Amino acid sequence: MTAVAVRPAGHRSGRATGVARFVARRLVMLVATLFTSSFVIFGALYLAPGDAVSTLSGSRTLSPQAVAALREQYHLDDPFLARYFQWLGDTLLHGDLGTSITYREDVSSVIAARMGVTFQLVLYAALIIVVVGVGLGLLSGLRGGVVDTSILVVTTVFAAVPSFVAATVLLSAFAVGLGWFPAVGTGEGLAGTLWHLTLPAVALALASLAIVSRITRVAVRTELGREHVQTAISRGIPYPALVRRHVLRNASIPVTTVVGITIASLFGMSAVVEQTFGLGGLGSALVEASLARDVAVVQGVALVFVTAFVVVNTLVDVAYAVLDPRVKAGSRAS
Amino acid sequence: MTVPVLEVDRLVVDVLVEGEPRTVLHEVSLSLGEGEALGLVGESGSGKSMTARAVARLLPPGARTSGTIRYGGHDVRTLKGGALRDYRGDVALVFQDPRAHVNPVRRIGDFMTEALRTLHGVDKHTAAKRAAAALADVGIADGERRLEQYPHELSGGLLQRVVIATMLLTEPKLLLADEPTTALDVTTQAEVMAILDELRQERGMALLFITHDLDLAGAVCDRTAVMYAGQIVETRESAKLHEDPLHPYTAALVTARPAVDRAVDRLAAIPGRSVSAFEAPDGCPFAPRCPHAVDACHQERPPAEYVDGGLVRCIRADELRGRLAEEVAFHD
Amino acid sequence: MTIAASVLDGVRTRRRRVAGNTVVVWVCAAIVGLALLLAVFGPALAPHDPDAADLTYANVGPVAGHPLGFDSQGRDLLSRLLAGARTSMAGPALVVVLAMAGGTVLAVVSAWAGRWIDATLSAVMDVLFAFPAVLLAVLAAAVFGPGLTAPTLVLALAYTPYVARVLRGAALRERAQPYIAACEVQGLSAFTICLRHLVPNIAPMMAAQGTLLFGYAMVDFAAISFMGLGVQPPTSDWGVMVSTGQPGVLQGYPAESLTAGLCIVVVVVAVNLLGERLSQRSEGR
Repeated sequence: MTAVAVRPAGHRSGRATGVARFVARRLVMLVATLFTSSFVIFGALYLAPGDAVSTLSGSRTLSPQAVAALREQYHLDDPFLARYFQWLGDTLLHGDLGTSITYREDVSSVIAARMGVTFQLVLYAALIIVVVGVGLGLLSGLRGGVVDTSILVVTTVFAAVPSFVAATVLLSAFAVGLGWFPAVGTGEGLAGTLWHLTLPAVALALASLAIVSRITRVAVRTELGREHVQTAISRGIPYPALVRRHVLRNASIPVTTVVGITIASLFGMSAVVEQTFGLGGLGSALVEASLARDVAVVQGVALVFVTAFVVVNTLVDVAYAVLDPRVKAGSRAS
Repeated sequence: MTVPVLEVDRLVVDVLVEGEPRTVLHEVSLSLGEGEALGLVGESGSGKSMTARAVARLLPPGARTSGTIRYGGHDVRTLKGGALRDYRGDVALVFQDPRAHVNPVRRIGDFMTEALRTLHGVDKHTAAKRAAAALADVGIADGERRLEQYPHELSGGLLQRVVIATMLLTEPKLLLADEPTTALDVTTQAEVMAILDELRQERGMALLFITHDLDLAGAVCDRTAVMYAGQIVETRESAKLHEDPLHPYTAALVTARPAVDRAVDRLAAIPGRSVSAFEAPDGCPFAPRCPHAVDACHQERPPAEYVDGGLVRCIRADELRGRLAEEVAFHD
Repeated sequence: MTIAASVLDGVRTRRRRVAGNTVVVWVCAAIVGLALLLAVFGPALAPHDPDAADLTYANVGPVAGHPLGFDSQGRDLLSRLLAGARTSMAGPALVVVLAMAGGTVLAVVSAWAGRWIDATLSAVMDVLFAFPAVLLAVLAAAVFGPGLTAPTLVLALAYTPYVARVLRGAALRERAQPYIAACEVQGLSAFTICLRHLVPNIAPMMAAQGTLLFGYAMVDFAAISFMGLGVQPPTSDWGVMVSTGQPGVLQGYPAESLTAGLCIVVVVVAVNLLGERLSQRSEGR
């Protein structure tokens, strides 16, 4: 009996090594991507026409002392690469992202103050995408018939609605027209927050949940048609068990991937929704800073967004490796 | 002959091809006694797999059938719900490509014990024990380890043996094997065939063995049915099929098989191209390729007639009998 | 419901959809055609000067000669929508042309050269892929200032890896075809083979990708203009109009925002459906 117990355990650890190796590879890629992204974000500043001081000051006229302070802070007298590593070092070691010229405070504190709203919004939208998007997709894929056709039509339209249009429609209908939800701002406490963030989260989630629903539907249909499902049918496995053990389990692999990638891309789109609903999050800070050409804030927020995007994408790959036993180290890269 | 386990009578199947119904099986009749092995031989598209699918109730959606498929006193075509599940418990299938027919994300043990646990209420521990024992029966010694593995970690031959062992766990009365060895390499083929044959004889299962290989069918099966264009053109004792074929198509199959190298396409020597049932012309579907065809062959479909204990669909069967045997003998 | 029944249902609805599909595709093609015509002739078709403001008519509803009424500045809404068609589609169209050109070159070079060139390009594409397009556009706007040039170039750059990835697969499959080898044996240069044989053979997939990409580009471009970083008011543009109509939305006059939003959605739905159909065709289904 011990042999029976020990051997499988040994085997499971073999698979665990495979997953571990895959995760390690993805972590290396994660660091490489973040490194490159930070380089792009930093380097963009120096692509601008004119000298760096005018870009950094947003073409404002500054006193000589202020110019000197800027040159000092951004090490403008050092070579480019030295500047980059200085900046990276400040960012990583001290959390120092420079000073905002419009808010007149540390970029890191601007980010810290606004991060909460954005992450709440993205989390809420992600929840809607998973529950409603996957739910509709399952219903559509397993049911067929009129249900399927209606869901397909609705999701086809939703997939084409940009979040800012969705935000406008929701605002007009449910906040201004019906008055069910507040038009702007964030609320107090959990209930207040949920109440205030519902419309923005739905606007942010709408197109993504449509895409997720369609992918789920296709995945379910594909799995239903697979030969191994035919085998299970031929063995007399009851329908609920068949769907749960073979169709849903296998469809969860592509669905998880798409859900993850979709959620990762929400960070970029949060800017638009925050602007419409007057939420003071990172996204609206990014847009305001871009309009005011407050480069330090744009760099800082872009860095946070890219990091979130890349981290979520890495998590998706790890989830994939865990869900699909066929994944061996490196087998997915090509 | 004993009471037939399975009796198919004038089965006609139409399936939808691009929304159009197309006939793929035309009046297929066969019967299979307890412990008997019947070979079903034909080229791809001849309808041999479709016959197995019809018996297993796995026809594609939109398919229409007529005729009867009789099992245990019921017409399989009308079974529903629990009765259908019970029937499926009695009938096991082994397919050509084990890789595609086993869920890739579940462990071997899970695949093997699934039916026992969900249908027969066997507890997990007992089910695993029986699965390991079944693996031993098909010559896999380290069963406990295999149960913890995933399908992609096993070779094709090993996986096919796992599938066979799995099917035996529920003690089926009828095994449908659809080209179970085609996807395997030659040495593994022989092993898998030996296992199938041994298990059938030990357990008294009826076996419907589908293959494109006339010799292989002859080696395993008591009787062999030859299919062409959705029809069974000849059913006989396997040995007689080789020595004394009644249908020109059978004779062509026998002479077309290469004497030494089996890997060569054995049907290349038959002039023309094999057709599916819905492409078949009026009259005998084989007539356009048949060296013995006369005008009458093109007029109407030959009925199935009893000749020498077998069934044949050829209007000239009686007059050709000796000549076909000579052709075959000359080839050997 | 048994599985067979559910699969059967699926097949039935699919068949019905195949029948309805041709109608849908024609409607979509008609909408896209109309949108393209408007992009060319829209500004000329506008019944009134899209920029002529008369604040006494601010947010006034439909009246004779002004079927959609007026915006918050008292400008004729229909005229602004018609004039906006051009700016709303010219930018995305340019993005698609640039991204398709860049992506195709990268894909063909990658597939043809193989080995380390392919590996290097693929790795670079993977890293570039990690950058959300809109974020890159915002970054560019912060550095170069708002306007059309930076978002166009940046979106094109952000889409290029996406195009390259998809087309690389198609180019690799085509590269492996025997006729390519036959051309090589005849001594044709790689450039000639790619231009005359390989690219024409992946053209259906390029058409499908280009169409789908146009849908994404329209949404992203409009989002950038909506944020105030792309097309600048008072130029009429659908994305800008959704944004400039926001105060109206809060006051209960949502016409400007909603009609402009509707224009975007209708065109994008039509483009997406057409693109899906083209890609199904190019995959030979």
